[in-house]
Amino acid sequence: MGLLLLLAVLDGLAYAGQLFMVAVGLTLVFGVLKILNVAHGSLFAIGAYVAATLIGWFGAEELSLLALAIAALAVGALFGPAIERGLLARIYDKEHVLQLLVTFALFMILEDLQKLLWGVQPRFEDAPVRLLGQVEVGGIFYTAYQLLLLPGVALVALLLLVWFLRRTLLGRSIVAVTHDREAAVAIGIDARFVYLSTFTIGAGLAALGGALAAPTTSLVPGVGVQMIVLSFAVVATAGLGQIEGAAVTALLIGLARSLAVYFAPELEVVVPYLLMVAVLLVRPAGLFGRRELRRV
Amino acid sequence: MTELTRRAALATTASALAAPWILPRSALGQQKPAKLRIGISTFLSGPASVFGVPGRNAADLLIEQLNAKGGTAGAPVEALVIDEAPGVNFLLGECRRLVQNENVDVMLASISSGSCLAVAPLAEELRMPNIMWDCGTQRIFEEGTWRYSVRTQANAVPEIVAPLLYLLKIRPDVRTVAVVNQDYAWGRDSWAIWKTAMEAIKPDVRVVAELFPKFGATDFSTEITRLQALRPDVVFSTSWGGELDTFIRQAAERRLFERSLFVLPLAESSLERVGKALPEGVIVGARGDHWFLHPTARGNGRLDGFVAEYRKRYGAWPIYPTFHMAQALFALEAAYTKALAANGGVWPSREQLMDTLRGLEFDHLTGRMKIRPDGQGLEPMLIGVSKHVPEYPFPVLDQMVLFPPELTMNPMGTKGLDWVKGLTMETVAKAPAPISYKA
Repeated sequence: MGLLLLLAVLDGLAYAGQLFMVAVGLTLVFGVLKILNVAHGSLFAIGAYVAATLIGWFGAEELSLLALAIAALAVGALFGPAIERGLLARIYDKEHVLQLLVTFALFMILEDLQKLLWGVQPRFEDAPVRLLGQVEVGGIFYTAYQLLLLPGVALVALLLLVWFLRRTLLGRSIVAVTHDREAAVAIGIDARFVYLSTFTIGAGLAALGGALAAPTTSLVPGVGVQMIVLSFAVVATAGLGQIEGAAVTALLIGLARSLAVYFAPELEVVVPYLLMVAVLLVRPAGLFGRRELRRV
Repeated sequence: MTELTRRAALATTASALAAPWILPRSALGQQKPAKLRIGISTFLSGPASVFGVPGRNAADLLIEQLNAKGGTAGAPVEALVIDEAPGVNFLLGECRRLVQNENVDVMLASISSGSCLAVAPLAEELRMPNIMWDCGTQRIFEEGTWRYSVRTQANAVPEIVAPLLYLLKIRPDVRTVAVVNQDYAWGRDSWAIWKTAMEAIKPDVRVVAELFPKFGATDFSTEITRLQALRPDVVFSTSWGGELDTFIRQAAERRLFERSLFVLPLAESSLERVGKALPEGVIVGARGDHWFLHPTARGNGRLDGFVAEYRKRYGAWPIYPTFHMAQALFALEAAYTKALAANGGVWPSREQLMDTLRGLEFDHLTGRMKIRPDGQGLEPMLIGVSKHVPEYPFPVLDQMVLFPPELTMNPMGTKGLDWVKGLTMETVAKAPAPISYKA
């Protein structure tokens, strides 16, 4: 029983790491821009496809981890500013429903773009997984990539993000704009640049999530949808805009899901959503969310 | 001799004149159309496009070849393809549009079982000849009688019974089984067939885990850990597409294949993509009597020509949906040719076409098959084990068994799930001899 619990925790940690990487970008963008970006799933998928393509181009296993980083940076740098400046900047003052529809339309367009560029046949590039080899725990084989790298990168990303937001000038500007945009602008903060930077970082995180997922899964049309739905559950459970909350919730959902596979497999699919419903019934703003006073 | 009255003469003349107008126009023989228009529903988007697009590609290639020879029974063929992915309501609307606005003569619908179950009643309503070209649910002809629908391939019952018989033939000592299927109708139904048949043939086999990850899952690591801990003799999975690829890769990376024998009834369609990550000795199915290196059809011009041309044009080896599409098109061609001959050279009506399709025997790329009077196709099942060979960068099938339909398919008028309860080890013993792979 003890070993089973340990195995379930290890599986939960690995899954939570992957989930957090996607959810954190989504929650960051919402926290600052107040836009729920449905196209976040497409950025995840494009990051994954670009990473798989680069791994294939590089050929050598030793360079495959580099390919993941380049893919995340390239997709974030290219798509982030293009989407924020070209599209979102025009709808900041519009209704939430319209913003949702615009990002949904973008999601559909980017889905078709993926099919156009990479076709519909599943793609799989697992060189980074092979490079890092296996780890044995209690007679069970894990891949080091899954057990060590994914949770490790997620932890580093969380710490870096917290440090960036609390210790750097740009990070503090982002926090200031999040709390009160008008006051922040009044003291000279360039809100436009803050929005651009935040969305680019969010896009980069989505792409990094995709790039990290690429070596572990088959890339098929619709791969972004699967992840974004679960990420929404993480973000809603944590409370919109809560970065540390997203980490804790991803961990909770990861653990709940793996425990379900071990002890009640029928519940595997619904466990994240049961958790979400239970939390929202008790705390409608999410586990870490705060009720906002309405400004008149 | 009855005397012909004026009233009787008038009535007879009126009936004779009115008959062609009273009867539906399409129930009579018609003029050969300038083009035979075929509506095809397939998945052009979404995860199932891994099957839908190769199916569409095969249709393009075969129709082009058919037209180069003068078309079907002399009529050039034109295909109108619709995407099945947006859902059943969209599909029904599209079928209606194709029949009523585009005047298609025949529909080839569909891949999803849900689509087929929905299209069959619509075909009745529209009097639209419909060939179910790829969907697998056995329920269609077990639960309904359809005048305007036939299926030119087998169904889920033989697709699951054949690999089970194969497993018990090569591993009669199997004691524990675990299942990892997608959580949707096919995953649940295929497991129900396997479990019921297994309980009948070998009731002492214990099911140690029933895992149904959500449809579209991208990660199976928790399931794999669980299976490593349980160490079942056999892992059964009817997953397909990207999910099967991911499951195979993740299981291989974590050495699960070393602990359990895998039975993967749909893995033929993943072989080229997963490559040699799939180890030797895995039981692989192909959803029918087809494979690009089919043991008895290999070397015949028809299969080799198709495989070479498909590979040249699309850069991939043909997988099972391409063969299912070929079966539908060859059946249609054979039915039109036969009906035309029976109709004295007059183009057959929709009803004559459907009557001809029932009971039709026709040649396809890898053999010859028959459609039962209820509309269900009778097709053997090719099952083998994976083997690594130097000629291909992916596993091929070895020790192939071609299970005849009479061994794996329930007879007409019975229900598959009831019929499998009567299977015994004697059925296993009747399995034909395996055929080795030849380079």
